[in-house]
Amino acid sequence: MTIPGFPDADPLGGLIGGVLIGISAAIMLLGAGRIAGVSGLLARATGIADSGPPWIMALNFIIGLVLGGLAYALVFGPATVTYSPSLPLLAAAGLLVGFGTRMGSGCTSGHGVCGMSRLSRRSITATMVFMASGIATVAIANALGWGW
Amino acid sequence: MRQLLTLLSGIIFGIGLTVSGMTDPARVRGFLDLFGDWDPTLAFVMGGALIVMAVAWVIQPRMVKPLVDTTFHLPGTRHIDGKLVGGAVLFGAGWGLGGLCPGPAIASIGTAPDIAAIGTFVLAMVGGMLLHKLTTAKN
Repeated sequence: MTIPGFPDADPLGGLIGGVLIGISAAIMLLGAGRIAGVSGLLARATGIADSGPPWIMALNFIIGLVLGGLAYALVFGPATVTYSPSLPLLAAAGLLVGFGTRMGSGCTSGHGVCGMSRLSRRSITATMVFMASGIATVAIANALGWGW
Repeated sequence: MRQLLTLLSGIIFGIGLTVSGMTDPARVRGFLDLFGDWDPTLAFVMGGALIVMAVAWVIQPRMVKPLVDTTFHLPGTRHIDGKLVGGAVLFGAGWGLGGLCPGPAIASIGTAPDIAAIGTFVLAMVGGMLLHKLTTAKN
């Protein structure tokens, strides 16, 4: 299934994957009473965050994420991935993502999926800001010839 | 039971991220490349996830407690401050530069063909979290 004008888009795969992500977050919310926010759970699992869910619980979610990626690859073969060829750029990106998600209390999953669906003003604000910032960054990076 | 449920949730999340193509930084970057060769796939991922979670948020207030815990642990902060906005600006910049956010980065650790690339990003991301803790603890 393709969208006219956007031959590279994968709307069906996106929708199916999105529903799975929603089911996962719903299991966390209705089952464990927690927000499925990956940056917060990662900070907890690595011992960086002092508050949040029990350490073992956060670690289980993070291990599950890795296992989920592996399970997909075992069944359907390796997914297509194209990384930036520049390791310094990836290091800078990682630093910004790590620092920014802690400072802003969430990322695409916590604010974008869980908070926006809760109609949290904080999460809607954060999501609009990080999307705008991402769009501006890509535009600037492309203009500077850092695109890949 | 609680541990099994959390593990299961993580597994489904990881499969969802991979099925949707979000573990591919080039595709995420394509979504953020609004003024270039735009790829709307991420909007469908968000849409699918938001529809399911919107239903979950309708069910949640009708439950006395979650299935495997005694109480809900939900963020109660409502204040929009500089930390929220500043953090989102920095996160968005990193997201645009690398095409990776925390979920997809972790979900592709086990399968990435280029382990140096994903390893560099994940280590730097944990380093950034640590740096945030060290710099805010002083104040």
